[in-house]
Amino acid sequence: MARKMKVRTRTQDGMVEVLVLVNHPMETGLRKDKKTKKVIPAHWIQTMNLMHNGKLAAEANLGIAVSEDPLLGFRLPKAKNGDKIQITWKDNKGESGKISAIVDA
Amino acid sequence: MNNLNRRKFIKGTVASSAVLAAAAAGLLTPVSAMAASWPKKAFSSKKVDLVLKSLYGSDQVIESKDVKIRAPIQAENGSVVPFSIKTTIPDPEAITIMVTANSMPLTANIKLPSAGGYFSARIKMAKTSDVQVVVQSGGKLYSSKAKIKVTVGGCGG
Repeated sequence: MARKMKVRTRTQDGMVEVLVLVNHPMETGLRKDKKTKKVIPAHWIQTMNLMHNGKLAAEANLGIAVSEDPLLGFRLPKAKNGDKIQITWKDNKGESGKISAIVDA
Repeated sequence: MNNLNRRKFIKGTVASSAVLAAAAAGLLTPVSAMAASWPKKAFSSKKVDLVLKSLYGSDQVIESKDVKIRAPIQAENGSVVPFSIKTTIPDPEAITIMVTANSMPLTANIKLPSAGGYFSARIKMAKTSDVQVVVQSGGKLYSSKAKIKVTVGGCGG
């Protein structure tokens, strides 16, 4: 199932900030269903990569303590308007997603 | 006759459990192979120094004012705590965020091949705790802490 992703760029402190939003439950595997008392299985994003003009700029390994629908921010000091960025992610159940954008800060 | 049935039954259970074990092993391998780059050991460690040893091979950190944490002093909802970290240390290689009171402290570990020393996210916190951030640069670990009060916990429940 494809999950919704959004990406936005803006200028912060003289750098380009990339904000990524992924629609993802980020289940910890510690929560219980209140009605059935069964543990809800863990389901969370493990890795997210940010590519800047085809080169790896940041690689985030995430744990279960990142909130639902994660909103992650990265900064690229050398990015200019018109540069290409691509974000990919993968979760513990093998789901993945990607989004491309052009820097417009 | 009764005795024979019992034998058969035992034989049957032993065989089927062997099949189950094989299936479980077969199922587990692809998952672990897929997440090879994800440091499972560090994420399942229950103590901050063990996390650092597993990630960087050392738990020697230097307290630094150049690692700045921006977070609320008090968070109403522990399941969504806005959090950002900024560092002026030149050439940061990696940023590690740990919530010391969570059962598994390691929250995120970000490698920065060319991105700047900044990261923001919303994190879950079980209860009021220190959040420790470690920045790796030039083989050294720089660290900073911030205490965030949590009214309602955000893990389990």
